[in-house]
Amino acid sequence: MSVAACPGCASGDPGFAERAVADVPTHHLVLPAIHCAGCISGVEKTLRAQPGIRAARVNLTQKRAAITAQPGADPSPWILALSRAGFEAFEAHEPAARKSDDLLLPLGVAGFAMMNVMLLSVAVWSGAVDTTRDFLHWVSAAIALPATAYAAQPFFRHAWGALKVGRVNMDVPISLAILLACGMSIYEVIHSGPHAWFDAALSLTFFLLVGRVLDQRLRRRARSAADDLAALEPHRAQRLVGRDKLSTPIEDIKVGDRLWIAAGDRIPVDAHLVSATAKMDRSFLTGESDPVLRQEGEALFAGEVALTGPMEIKATAVGEETTLRRIAQLIATSEGARGQYRSIADRAAELYTPMVHIVSFAAFLGWWLLSGDLRMAINVAIATLIITCPCALGLAVPAVAVAATSKLYREGLLLTSDTALERLAQVETVIFDKTGTLTTRALDVPHGLTRAEEGVLRSLAEASRHPICIALAARLGDGAPAASLSDLAEEAGDGVRARWEGQIVRLGRRAPEDPTTVFSIGSRSITLDAQEAPLARAKEAVAALSQMGLRTAMLTGDTEANAHAMARDLGIGSVWSEVQAEGKVEIVKALSAEGTKVLMVGDGLNDTAALAAADISIAPGSALDASRSAADIIIVSGDMSRISVAIKTARIARRRMEENIAISTIYNVIAVPIAVIGLASPLAAAIAMSTSSITVVLNALRGLRP
Amino acid sequence: MNILVILVPCSLILGLGALVGFIWTLKSNQYDDMEGDAARILLEDEEE
Repeated sequence: MSVAACPGCASGDPGFAERAVADVPTHHLVLPAIHCAGCISGVEKTLRAQPGIRAARVNLTQKRAAITAQPGADPSPWILALSRAGFEAFEAHEPAARKSDDLLLPLGVAGFAMMNVMLLSVAVWSGAVDTTRDFLHWVSAAIALPATAYAAQPFFRHAWGALKVGRVNMDVPISLAILLACGMSIYEVIHSGPHAWFDAALSLTFFLLVGRVLDQRLRRRARSAADDLAALEPHRAQRLVGRDKLSTPIEDIKVGDRLWIAAGDRIPVDAHLVSATAKMDRSFLTGESDPVLRQEGEALFAGEVALTGPMEIKATAVGEETTLRRIAQLIATSEGARGQYRSIADRAAELYTPMVHIVSFAAFLGWWLLSGDLRMAINVAIATLIITCPCALGLAVPAVAVAATSKLYREGLLLTSDTALERLAQVETVIFDKTGTLTTRALDVPHGLTRAEEGVLRSLAEASRHPICIALAARLGDGAPAASLSDLAEEAGDGVRARWEGQIVRLGRRAPEDPTTVFSIGSRSITLDAQEAPLARAKEAVAALSQMGLRTAMLTGDTEANAHAMARDLGIGSVWSEVQAEGKVEIVKALSAEGTKVLMVGDGLNDTAALAAADISIAPGSALDASRSAADIIIVSGDMSRISVAIKTARIARRRMEENIAISTIYNVIAVPIAVIGLASPLAAAIAMSTSSITVVLNALRGLRP
Repeated sequence: MNILVILVPCSLILGLGALVGFIWTLKSNQYDDMEGDAARILLEDEEE
């Protein structure tokens, strides 16, 4: 193999282009459940054994697999193979290119330059004089100037962006401090002055970049996780060509195409029904939990779920033209209360920035007028600017945000907005949508079973990891004694079977095509009816919130009787029933106007506008795309008991942010007078900068470590 | 103080070496999947 140091030289290697093409992944799969080394090797071995796959590599951080195969190949067989091996997988789009905005390289450059310059500075501080000091200063300058010119660019760019539109942000004093520190140091070095501030300029850059890198990585992870949720939605539909079913990407479906929909599938486009009748679950759109019956020729909307099937439909509107997308776009253009929210960091910056500039300008004027020494006055002013140390302030909020958001990420909560944490801490009223958020269609416990048989049902349900079974097991509860089953086996997607007292017992679909759930003992089989029931931990979630002193309320499009019964069951204080999408927005807005901070939790299209209007909003991972993008926080698992955890974490985080800002203010209160009377030296600046930054980071970790 | 003429370039070369090493780790995508790499050490080697 020939070694090519630069990409330009590589063109001399004839095999290069081919190899590059072979290594580029053609397909990406999202694997939401992988979590360990065993999963990595299981997924990779399964994929590599598939015909047509040349290479497969799992990324555990992103919970994705990158596959190299023939471009355009249908990944369905691979997904099937993975599900047989026990790994849920979904087709995903290629992750967005991201190298361009990477801050790691500037961080590395600033870090290594800082270390070298610090070493040289130690020599100066320990007593180097005359030519030796000048020599050390010149070497420092040679390292520091190119390093800051490169590494501090992100700050210069942001500051310039703000100044251009006549605003001031945190990056303005940062950029000014870096530029002035470098400029003054050059002047001092040329004139053999005693102090050079290159180390200060570099450590300022380095510490602030640490904050930015943490922030950026976190946001990228939240964004890619949120994108991956979109992958869980169907990408393909079964298009009918004559009698054949063709797996077709949804983007490629055209008006007039006939589609084959299985029971349990979501309708991908607006369509009308070709089959005779169908029962549809429309709760995503209307909030009403009762299924609706559709006849031949009647309209079906994208987003509805087929309860019966299979059926044939004919597309009438696709892509951006579907009712779902049009409503989603309307909502996206309306702006909610959060537009007015100003983050703690912004407010601190607005107070801090003019203050620093006024103080250092006053120091300059004072020294100039009193001593008449211009160089001395400029020195003091710049020392003040450097030592006021925006670096602790720059780290104060991101350090806490990173700690808290990582903790929440591990709890299965994705924060998609920058200020979500701060707004969540202020919540006073929690409003829930009913269907899909607190309740789900669950299996009813059949009548006429003996206690022993109920026990069998419970043990079977507990053996499955399917959410509907977990809910059933919870409903059966302790009333049914656990039965001892043998030969327990889960049939992927179809149910669980086992042996009990010599008979085969089974819980699952009647047939692969028929979603009706049956419980069979030997030859006897009992149909389980689906009914609306609270989600597994909904009651716990509401109780935890009430215990924290928060007001809870329910907002639903369902009938008054249904809503009140469910609210009583769950322990929710107030109920608004039979409200449509506009009504939900009105109620949320009215509550906000009363001055209480409202958290809206919902998943359907009819909640989306209310989600956008509330002070802060949460959607479960199963929510529609439009609702997820309107929400600030996504609960991946849909477990609502995470909400109280999130609010508690957010409250701690907010307290830490305020403490951190107080700490950096205290450092300034001590440092500024010292700098103004002209006693600040580069050594003092270095000590103040490092200690304040480290204190702030350590404080951020208190109570927020996972 | 003549020793500085040797020591300062030495420290510069060492620092530059570390920086080049860091750039290499960046270019070869070693920060893309830190959790995965931590887990992979538990896997048995397989020829690729």
